Amino acid sequence: MKMANMNMIQSLNSALDNMLDGDPDVIIFGEDVGYFGGVFRTTDGLQEKHGNHRVFDTPLSEGGIAATAFGMGLNGLRPVVEIQFADYIFPAYDQIVNEMAKVRHRSGGEFWSPVTLRTPAGGGIRGGHHHSQSPESQFTHTPGLKIVYCSTPYNAKGLLISAIESNDPVVFFEPKRCYRGPFYGDPHSVPTWAEHPEAEVPESHYRIPLGEARLVQQGSDCTVISWGAMVHVCEQAISDSGVSCDLIDLQTLIPWDKEVVVDSIEKTGRCVIVHEAPKTSGFGAEMAASIQERCFYHLETPIERVTGWDTPFPHTTEWDYMPGPSRIAAAIVKTQED
Amino acid sequence: MAPRDTDGKIHVPDAPFRPGEEASFENWPWKPGDLPMPDPKNCHFQDTVDLANGLVRVLDDDGNASGEWDPGLTSEQLLSGLEHMVRLRIFDDRMMKMQRTGLLSFYMRSLGEEAIAIAQTMALEEQDWIFPSYRQPGAQFVRGRDMVSMICHCIGNEEDNIKGRQMPVHYSYREGRFISISSPVGTQFSQAVGVSLASSYKGLDEVTITWIGDGASAEGDYHYALNFASVFNAPVILNLVNNQWAISTHANFATGTGSFASRGIPFGLASIRVDGNDFLALYSVTKWARERAAAGSGATHIEVLTYRTGAHSSSDDPSRYRPKNEHTKWPGGDPVDRLKEHLIKLGEWSLDQHKELEERIDGEVIDAYKEAVKFGDLANGPYPSADTIFTEVYEEMPWHLREQHDEMMGG
Repeated sequence: MKMANMNMIQSLNSALDNMLDGDPDVIIFGEDVGYFGGVFRTTDGLQEKHGNHRVFDTPLSEGGIAATAFGMGLNGLRPVVEIQFADYIFPAYDQIVNEMAKVRHRSGGEFWSPVTLRTPAGGGIRGGHHHSQSPESQFTHTPGLKIVYCSTPYNAKGLLISAIESNDPVVFFEPKRCYRGPFYGDPHSVPTWAEHPEAEVPESHYRIPLGEARLVQQGSDCTVISWGAMVHVCEQAISDSGVSCDLIDLQTLIPWDKEVVVDSIEKTGRCVIVHEAPKTSGFGAEMAASIQERCFYHLETPIERVTGWDTPFPHTTEWDYMPGPSRIAAAIVKTQED
Repeated sequence: MAPRDTDGKIHVPDAPFRPGEEASFENWPWKPGDLPMPDPKNCHFQDTVDLANGLVRVLDDDGNASGEWDPGLTSEQLLSGLEHMVRLRIFDDRMMKMQRTGLLSFYMRSLGEEAIAIAQTMALEEQDWIFPSYRQPGAQFVRGRDMVSMICHCIGNEEDNIKGRQMPVHYSYREGRFISISSPVGTQFSQAVGVSLASSYKGLDEVTITWIGDGASAEGDYHYALNFASVFNAPVILNLVNNQWAISTHANFATGTGSFASRGIPFGLASIRVDGNDFLALYSVTKWARERAAAGSGATHIEVLTYRTGAHSSSDDPSRYRPKNEHTKWPGGDPVDRLKEHLIKLGEWSLDQHKELEERIDGEVIDAYKEAVKFGDLANGPYPSADTIFTEVYEEMPWHLREQHDEMMGG
């Protein structure tokens, strides 16, 4: 298999390119994705290569984009649409939550719509309130949707291909802070993907199955669970804490990987869950509840959550908002106290 | 299964000109004096069909004003408008320099669109509400906002009145009845109808003005606004600024008809298209719409026809999707030059005076910038205190935020 060094933009672009090549039913549209190639360049070159009937711009209408994609999906196409920022997905919320998510069930299995909604999410780019949010839990609460949150060039491509091939609708979150490099929690350090092992990406089609977590590193004393950009911040925090940890990158939030999580907690007896989104009703709450249901007698100490605060996402003070290595490391250390 | 034609049959529009092509707009057929001014208080919306399909202009290409829509402003008013526009342009240039040197995170200029918010705000009464998008900061100059305060907001420093919470250019200026700007495009348009209906409810002589872009008019909020404004006869002025470009998306993707103003007619709203680079026409049309709203005759839907000369924002590179010199071909010219030439034609202004004005304002902007960075810049701080993350989320801080606040401040 021919490999190439790619950043996340390039690997996502490669996934889309492979799917356009391999499946005539795949069609891509959204705001600025056509001629311009996307404000983050994710669809760069695809219109030129595949034609403007397969990769095209739309009116600025997230509700219209979702509804049109939904209709195309009902009639046999496999639309992959971009919502330019996850913060802007809410005009499409009704179409996603009440329509896309439910049509298979409401029609007794007669109709379905295999739409993939790609959307850049998360903070760390000085985006303030409306270019920084991480609204995954507003979709994990909706039966019928699969929810993916990639974290590296390699898993971004493999997960996106699986999402597009899925016959269920998928909301696919991309951590925009990690598009061009991993993020270890230091805003002044801007590493690229070039030296990272996860930047070695096959040029051809491959899948990472939805529902499988990635065990980033293995340890004995604590299980750290995260997704998106925070996975890399957790790596740094684990190193800083000096505690031997399993680090689980969930990759798919719905359905999440029960086996990997349960096996790890049974081994370590301690758990820290980390996400950027606010704490209250965040997906970390779901994880904590599920873990205590399944692993209560293996837990040695209370489960810790390190999350964004229950406030809007700020502009100039974003580094005080986002979970950083020191908060995460402190939580890991706290789980070690008897 | 039927055979597939993979060449596809979806009609996808395109922009009229792309990089490497020579932009060439048709000269406008509309001249000052073409269109009559109906009685704003009593005319029927059907009486505005020609205004929606035409283009209200006052200034011709040589700087002469004419026609029924000439507002007959005094030279003091004209000079005041010119000064506000020059100030906005110089202010924008300074802010872009700050952004390029890392002192701001982001910026959006109003280049080529300076006349819009300035002329339109000048045509209002001071009690009227302004519900802007991010391309109408100029209204604040008309309402008297201090530049230091504006720059402090853009930096997000300790003196930012919104405490570093939103990106630059997302101003909030309650004293000037200028309502907080939000990034999601178009949301303000239907909210402005609500603001105006509150004035109706309270029986106050207040009108609300709002703006949306050609691109954002594809959002539901635009259509909600027209319908609610019509149904409830709202005292609101609904401006659609058609500047041709929504980042890289041309207005051809926002409408299949090539025109926006006439969309108001089937909603039962008086509808007008106006030259957005013509200060006098903008002033006059807005005054007309204000009179109509204040008389209880309802909302006016205005297409402001202009061209976004600058990039969408400091993050954008328009040379990737449109000819670099496309703005020089725009039939509406430059709004500052047009008002300047008009004043010179009137004998009220000279090139030397204009140069002096630019130098004076440049000095004022530099002074304001120097004053503002004393309170911190993005590269070096100081920033608003971290506990401002937790304040004003609610009127009173609930226990769970208090706990998180204490955790952050203590930890």
